[in-house]
Amino acid sequence: MEVNRRLFIKSCGVAMVGLGGMPSFLTRALAATPMPNGKILVVLFQRGAADGLNIVIPFAEPNYYRLRPSIAIPQPSLGKNEAAIDLDGFFGLHPSLSPLAPLYKQRQLAIVHAAGSPDNTRSHFDAQDYMESGTPGVKNTEDGWLNRHLQTQPKPNSRPFRAVTISPNLPRTLYGSAPAVALPDVRQFRVLAPSPKVEGGFEALYAQTLDGMLHGTGQETFEAIDLLRQADPARYQPQNGAVYPRGRVGQNLLQVAQLIKAKVGLEAAFVEANGWDHHVNEGGVQGQLANLLRELGEGLAAFARDLGDRMENVVVVTLSEFGRTAQENGNRGTDHGHANCMFILGGPVVGGKVYGRWPGLAPDQLNEGRDLALTTDFRTVLGELISEHLGNQNLERVFPSFSAGQKDFLGLIKT
Amino acid sequence: MDNEIIAFSCYCVKLSHFFGVDNSRQNFWGIGINMGIGNMGLADFRHLHKTLLRGPVVVALVYTFFFLFPAVAGTPTTRAFPGNLPIAELSEEEAVWHALNRLGFGPRPGDVERVRQIGLERWIEQQLDSESIDDSVMDAHLECYPTLAMSSAQLLEKYPPPQLAARQAGLSPEEYRRLRSQKQQASPNREEGRMEGETADLRRRMQTGEPSQQMMLAGPQRILAELVAVKMTRAIYSERQLQELLVDFWFNHFNVFAGKGADRWLLTSYDRDVIRPHVLGKFKDLLVATAKSPAMLFYLDNWQSADPQAFERLQQQMTERRQRLGNRFGLLGAERMRRLPPAGQQQQGQVARRRGLNENYARELMELHTLGVDGGYSQQDVTEVARAFTGWTLRAPRRAPEFYFEARLHDPNPKGVLGRKIHAGGIKDGEEVLDLLAHHPSTAKFISLKLARRFVVDEPPPVLVERMAKTFQQTDGDLRAVLRTMIYSPEFWSRESYRAKIKKPLELVASAARALGAQGDNPLPLARWIAQIGEPLYQCQPPTGYSDKAEAWVSTGALLNRMNLALALAGGRIAGTRADLPALVSVTEDAPQALDDFLNAFLGDQVSPQTRETLAIKLGESANPASLELIAGLVLGSPEFQRK
Repeated sequence: MEVNRRLFIKSCGVAMVGLGGMPSFLTRALAATPMPNGKILVVLFQRGAADGLNIVIPFAEPNYYRLRPSIAIPQPSLGKNEAAIDLDGFFGLHPSLSPLAPLYKQRQLAIVHAAGSPDNTRSHFDAQDYMESGTPGVKNTEDGWLNRHLQTQPKPNSRPFRAVTISPNLPRTLYGSAPAVALPDVRQFRVLAPSPKVEGGFEALYAQTLDGMLHGTGQETFEAIDLLRQADPARYQPQNGAVYPRGRVGQNLLQVAQLIKAKVGLEAAFVEANGWDHHVNEGGVQGQLANLLRELGEGLAAFARDLGDRMENVVVVTLSEFGRTAQENGNRGTDHGHANCMFILGGPVVGGKVYGRWPGLAPDQLNEGRDLALTTDFRTVLGELISEHLGNQNLERVFPSFSAGQKDFLGLIKT
Repeated sequence: MDNEIIAFSCYCVKLSHFFGVDNSRQNFWGIGINMGIGNMGLADFRHLHKTLLRGPVVVALVYTFFFLFPAVAGTPTTRAFPGNLPIAELSEEEAVWHALNRLGFGPRPGDVERVRQIGLERWIEQQLDSESIDDSVMDAHLECYPTLAMSSAQLLEKYPPPQLAARQAGLSPEEYRRLRSQKQQASPNREEGRMEGETADLRRRMQTGEPSQQMMLAGPQRILAELVAVKMTRAIYSERQLQELLVDFWFNHFNVFAGKGADRWLLTSYDRDVIRPHVLGKFKDLLVATAKSPAMLFYLDNWQSADPQAFERLQQQMTERRQRLGNRFGLLGAERMRRLPPAGQQQQGQVARRRGLNENYARELMELHTLGVDGGYSQQDVTEVARAFTGWTLRAPRRAPEFYFEARLHDPNPKGVLGRKIHAGGIKDGEEVLDLLAHHPSTAKFISLKLARRFVVDEPPPVLVERMAKTFQQTDGDLRAVLRTMIYSPEFWSRESYRAKIKKPLELVASAARALGAQGDNPLPLARWIAQIGEPLYQCQPPTGYSDKAEAWVSTGALLNRMNLALALAGGRIAGTRADLPALVSVTEDAPQALDDFLNAFLGDQVSPQTRETLAIKLGESANPASLELIAGLVLGSPEFQRK
């Protein structure tokens, strides 16, 4: 049985004042009650609008090479590394994503192409706002879709780490009334003082206060600190020989893996990958995009390897506010476009397949004559993950005024 | 009423006699009252007051008073507490703390006494008339921030966007970026070792008086950095405390996000020219100023909104003109066509894309800026308002952004807004809509509600909101009058309102710095803490602005950061800001005494006995005597200091 530490503290609050705080051995013992891991969703947002057409390449689409004379990724050919990695005879992975190819083969990785937000805006700001609030076209939604998911799945004994972002600020996706924690660095989540007495002092202050709101949140905070101390994040060693890349994306994924292994009750995590807005010199097999993809691919592969069997409960999904123009521009880059590709990675995923109807790249098939058209609403994908993976049946509250339901799901999750 | 004042005056005289205060001193009124309340407490005071009023002795005293001090009895009574302020439930001490916390960013050492000296009501009236307050010290602080006085055009010229800067330097964007990142790596202000770098920098600057390294940012980041630094500096050091709170409130009400494209270059002017001049003026002036500001036009996309028929109309006109004037002038027509404001991203060689109506501004104008979400408007009203604002756009958006009305994009047909026909034509359509909205009863109510929510309690009593809304309507939206109604309402001073608000991150950090009497010359490291506690300044993404309710600010991660901020600030570990702790205590070597002194200085002793006891026990536990830094940090990080 799980001892509820908060309840314990509440019930002996009076005694604590007299004693000047709970003996530390007792605190530690009570904190050491791990929470069984439930299902976990990790959202990775590629800010800046990633170029989906050069990430998952439609190499069998003749228009692709016509539209991108200087930045196209060559068709796969045996023994050649500088080319797309064949997935299904039509689509290929960017060669920088080679660490993900085995996961695709093992059917842990699925891809949805021509997916995204139906709103036509080409403003990064608005498009991110719409995708994070989960309400394209509606600007005044106050909370984010992931927070609404948590709101509709209330947990009576919920833990402070239900929803986490590895960043100093909460992303729009996690705004809302359900508690969510912004952790700039898992190793720094503690009272930063030379002596542990200071932490004890604050803990006692917040335990005794009659200020209900600060009392409750204070208890949760110290519970969270204890939970993390248990996990001892400073000495974390990735397992199974996983090596995370050294950039921010890799290190953030590493910290999410730490939290998952620490069994702190994590249900949702949000990770950001920045810098995808390549208007100029985007590059092809090598270059700016290739470098970002290398870190992304290595990071996701290390994450899956590190978590091993634990991936049975984990799904990672990637999002980016919109795609980029099908045709390269005059600066060997691409401008703001429309539909994009999404990656879905995890044990519960029916992978090894590129999902979604391919709209084609012929002039009359393009959105407004310039962008990859949209055939799958991102909410259909997220809705399936929330419903089939996380077991939330309140989709109409998570994505209000979005009509797609079970019948529209792509079959991304094993049932 | 007169009797009461007189009796009160007598009682003061009596007290000052009792405490041996020299009556001949000009300010004996103030001293008398201070002594009385300070030593007796409110209960005693009330008791004495009642006794005095009851017996025949009152009459006797009154007559004696008039007889002995006729001149004094005739002087204005503004220094008396509570004067015209309807304060019944709070003591003078409490009321002064309340005022300093709610109408400013909390007291600095000595502020409570100062306000008592000049009288609470007079202090409030001064704050409401912010121009009358000498703020020359503040003005000197601001001289280190050159961007503050620049126009948007100057900012764009001096701190051009990277792509433009690259072109000017004759580099490819990639080369330019590489060069810049090399430069940044070479500077001592990189993430690692930033603290040390900053401290050393500060020390050097203290000696030489040169501007901070932090401020030496060359690129467009400098604009936002200076805006943030100035906002912090004003919150901490300005004497015009209420004005600074109001600027924060109204900026947040008419929020613009610094991260949306060009807005980075537009916010300096927005803050300075649009928000600041109007915070104690008429609401309509503020509303019109925001509606015509490049920052808002850009943020909520109105600059791109056009009558969907405008394109065809223009084409037709041009064809006609070409036919009329022949081919020689056709070029001119094409040139004019090209000069229309650009329609977002354009394909090369493509004719200007057909543009349409954009409803963003129209919707937020009614939902967030004026009527409120339940203010009684429909989707049809949103569309009609959007039509009225077609043609409200920007001239030279990338060089010298400026509001301008482009008649050719305007929808010339009549509009129906909230049941009224708008058909003034041209720019007057939008202006008439603003006038209609500014004078709508829903607006009076919504603005009053938001003010009361920020300044009084999260869920303000409807009677207070109605009273404020009435003033709003009677005074043509005079914001100073609405504030005065709020402050002169018993609800503002009620026990329920007292210490009921959770400090926003900006308020917490500013109030902690003020409580410590901190001095500094680089508030950016302090501002980073505000971001970590959840309120990155000028970086609220949605048009709603930051929340004024407690729930938004009390979360696990934020609370921990609040405690860590307290420890870091009191411990002198935040570069650019220093506090002199020994100056705040009577004896430095005595921990219990220091605790008492800090509780008094930071919280006016307004802590629960349990908190005091818990702190005393915790401090007594450690073998080594607790340092002043630690004691101050615990008090600033305590639950009590999170409220105001």
